Amino acid sequence: MRQKNSWLLPDGIEEVLPEDARYLENLRRTLLDVFACWGYELVIPPFIDYLDSLLTGSGHDLELQTFKLTDQLSGEMLGVRADMTPQVARIDAHNLKHSAPTRLCYVGTTLHTLGDSLEKTRSPMQIGAELYGHKGLESDLEVISLMLEMLAMAGLQQVHLDLGHVGIFRALSEQAGLSAGEEAAIFDILQRKARPELKERVDSLSIDNTLKTLLLKLPELNGGRDTLKKAADILAPANSRVKQALAELEAIAGKLELAFPDLPLSFDLAELRGYHYHTGVVFAAFVPTVGREIARGGRYDNIGAVFGRARPATGFSADLKVLSMLVKDSLPLEPRQLIFAPASDDLALAETIRDLRARGCCVLQALPGQADNSADSMGCTSALEQDNKTWVVKALA
Amino acid sequence: MLTIAVSKGRIYEEALPFLEQAGIKPIDDPDTSRKLILQTTRDDVRLVIIRATDVPTFVEYGAADMGIAGKDVLLEHGGESLYEPLDLNIATCRLMTAAQVSAPEIKGRIRVATKYVKTAKSYFAERGIQADIIKLYGSMELAPLVGLADCIVDLVDTGNTLKANGLEPRELIMTISSRLVVNKAAMKMKHEAIQSLLDQFEKTLDQRR
Repeated sequence: MRQKNSWLLPDGIEEVLPEDARYLENLRRTLLDVFACWGYELVIPPFIDYLDSLLTGSGHDLELQTFKLTDQLSGEMLGVRADMTPQVARIDAHNLKHSAPTRLCYVGTTLHTLGDSLEKTRSPMQIGAELYGHKGLESDLEVISLMLEMLAMAGLQQVHLDLGHVGIFRALSEQAGLSAGEEAAIFDILQRKARPELKERVDSLSIDNTLKTLLLKLPELNGGRDTLKKAADILAPANSRVKQALAELEAIAGKLELAFPDLPLSFDLAELRGYHYHTGVVFAAFVPTVGREIARGGRYDNIGAVFGRARPATGFSADLKVLSMLVKDSLPLEPRQLIFAPASDDLALAETIRDLRARGCCVLQALPGQADNSADSMGCTSALEQDNKTWVVKALA
Repeated sequence: MLTIAVSKGRIYEEALPFLEQAGIKPIDDPDTSRKLILQTTRDDVRLVIIRATDVPTFVEYGAADMGIAGKDVLLEHGGESLYEPLDLNIATCRLMTAAQVSAPEIKGRIRVATKYVKTAKSYFAERGIQADIIKLYGSMELAPLVGLADCIVDLVDTGNTLKANGLEPRELIMTISSRLVVNKAAMKMKHEAIQSLLDQFEKTLDQRR
């Protein structure tokens, strides 16, 4: 069976063919240039790493998502990164140790054991940016703005931003004194906004009735700008940390409205994406025709503590392959300009080719005795032809 | 434009009153028409008629913004990729275990024939029973009779099929009803349209209580 289908790739693993690869690489460069212009320095974390440090501060989900292998040298467990964020946080906490805020960006292939239920891929190309060392809404705003800039530069239109805050559920859960098991069960239900199930579950808890009502109301607190006002009324009996979280969202929303007056904003206070490591504002970008978010991020303070230095942190990431796929049909690249050179050992030709390549032109020279050696069949748009003693580029008809 | 995914048959029939109260009436009848996309009396709403087990998939991918699916199908589909804000309380039935009449209780490992693989596995695991699940696509009732399985897990409505084949219902796993499911991105990007439908459906639910 393996012999017969040796061309077949494992589930969710893809190869990127020339045309798509050219598009992807072009996009990768464009986006890294955007990050560089915003002062974000590129880092290249390793593809495999000690499992413990890959899983720092993350939940059980990431552990299941990580391919694992034993290091033959040390007997320790290694993992193939399923998420690059903890690696970048380590670089900030352990290697750089700047006291000023640090801005880092990265791009690379990650591997997932379980395919995403929507994107069937198990090898996303994660691209993202992180800002360490500042606690406050200005840094959240900066990374949100950079994420929007990234999407705009990629050519995505009609982007929609959704904001949430994991602090609200966390504070309510603490105020109610939920056990880890109870919290996990309610978390799972909230992810699905399954209100009938939530009611059943919350009714079975022996907690204060007011808090029950607040938990039950969470899945209804989503929608447009008025959601925050509604939430402030409904969540009035909650503790001060809930109020602070709402105030943070309000402030960010206000600033975003000024900076991006045309950006559709929505709020979802039961949205707990990355609840296990996020600590504050979380955000995600959506576009029409895609049934899920295309870029996501949020605040995750103190993840670096394990690596020796707790720092405030906020950032975002996206799958570059998904971004590329979404825009490549509507924004095609210029066709490739390729110059054909015949097989010849004429020194003048060699020199002309060298000059052209030095100027950034793409020149493809035929090999002696090759099959099908016409310029056209090799995808060339022009050809070098001899005119007297010199070689000149002539467009193909 | 809102696209709602519904499966033919009982769920469709029982969902119609909800849709009608929201001003949505299909122009074609799926029983006589071969169309898979049904236009409705509301220009901004259309229905797609698909198999029950495909409803979560269509909604998850955003091929439909909303859908109506049985809790049995949602449990099997699994995951957190959909919102399930409303229990419409329609197409209700029971998910049960069933075995041959007066067959003795099996000690230890049991063989279970079902199409609800995930649900059956987790149900028996919760009760400390190791079960070998045999996936079948239909005629579950046959499995215990021909010695393929010790018991089955299936939906029971009247219980007549069980009876006719010498089986009896044993334990109730859960009561099943149909839920309204919503695509996560649509919930955010088409919030107003979806929320107004949700409110309307909820009003209908309240009237029925």
